[in-house]
Amino acid sequence: MNCEDARPLIDSFADGELDLVNHVQVENHLEECLACDHAFRDRSALKKALADADLYFRAPTELRSKIRTALSEATTEPIYKRFFKSRWLPTLAAAALLVVALFTTFAILRPANSNDLLANEMVSAHVRSLMDKHLMDVPSTDQHTVKPWFEGKLDFSPPVVDLTQQGFTLIGGRLDYAGGRPIAALVYQRRLHIINVFIYPTQDGNAAATTSTRQGFNVVRWTRSGMAFWAVSDINAGELQELATDLQS
Amino acid sequence: MKTSRGGTNNLVSGAKASADFEEVFLPHLDAAYNLARWLTRDPSDADDVVQEAFMRAFRFFSGFHGGDSRAWLLKIVRNTCYTWIKKNRPREIIYELDEEMHQATSGDPATVLQENIDRQLLRKLLDELPPAFREIIVLRDLEGLSYKEISSVTELPLGTVMSRLARARQRLQRDAAASATGVLG
Repeated sequence: MNCEDARPLIDSFADGELDLVNHVQVENHLEECLACDHAFRDRSALKKALADADLYFRAPTELRSKIRTALSEATTEPIYKRFFKSRWLPTLAAAALLVVALFTTFAILRPANSNDLLANEMVSAHVRSLMDKHLMDVPSTDQHTVKPWFEGKLDFSPPVVDLTQQGFTLIGGRLDYAGGRPIAALVYQRRLHIINVFIYPTQDGNAAATTSTRQGFNVVRWTRSGMAFWAVSDINAGELQELATDLQS
Repeated sequence: MKTSRGGTNNLVSGAKASADFEEVFLPHLDAAYNLARWLTRDPSDADDVVQEAFMRAFRFFSGFHGGDSRAWLLKIVRNTCYTWIKKNRPREIIYELDEEMHQATSGDPATVLQENIDRQLLRKLLDELPPAFREIIVLRDLEGLSYKEISSVTELPLGTVMSRLARARQRLQRDAAASATGVLG
């Protein structure tokens, strides 16, 4: 064996990991080659230094108890597993099914909150209005044009207010239909956003503005002087409330 | 009645599994911690990693069919460490070494290692080795695993274990010599 063959084997030799044939050959080489023997001694010194240097990190004692605790928690069989092994499972499942069925029936038969339904209708009307050429029956930025236009088309006279000063430009009006009756829709614009304000008469007393979100649209509703107002838009809730405040003042 | 007996049996078998597991693997807690500590280089991270590794090992326990339990556990610890480092220190490089690139420097420098190399220095130098070098020295020279065990922990071929260990020690020895001359010069 020459140096070229012996060198790569020196670590394995020092570790006692060579097979017998190679081990003997390296051993013989080291006896006759000073440089390789030197390399071997260096390695042995390093191994000894590593062994003596107290480099081993022992686990902290509390780690052992932490693991023990975690293991015992893991082996306490979870409730759900015991549940699935129960022979009462079919009975329980049948009972659960019955409960679900009852609730579903109840939910279907239950009269839905009328404001919920109306809010959905208002959002639908808003979406419909955004479709091509549905936005306005009377395109005008003039409240004195818009207001008379509703006359004769509705059995009430919606308040039409220009809010250009406040940053909401009146761009027109439209007849719409929601809640089982024709209603007025005023169309305002802020930047590129369209705001529909739906108005119809109501028996309800005055109510402060409440905000909700449906299908990503903001909806603000309030009642004032016998009129119900619904403002619907994709502008942020804050701005929509601003419009509501401006319309009420 | 039958139900409750079945439940008790399951609880007993669960407790028995954990007792068996503890008996086989808790003796290797130091080995697990030492490896995790050297790979994460942080005591509290090592703590977390070892706990996670033990829970993983427990989950896979049914897949352990006897054999070298220390190597089996250390393989899980090692994987948990690297997954943890990747997740928590995405910038830390834990690449595998390019075998070819380092092969060229296989000649040993003719250095005489100090008889009493400074302990703190050796700790620092080992700590600063690339992870692939560090782990192989930790597994062999600190943990005392055989090449075959290292091969099963690291999933490297035996030949690679052999050559990588040689290069890791050579690098450590060179670093030690450089520090020594640096101090003297």
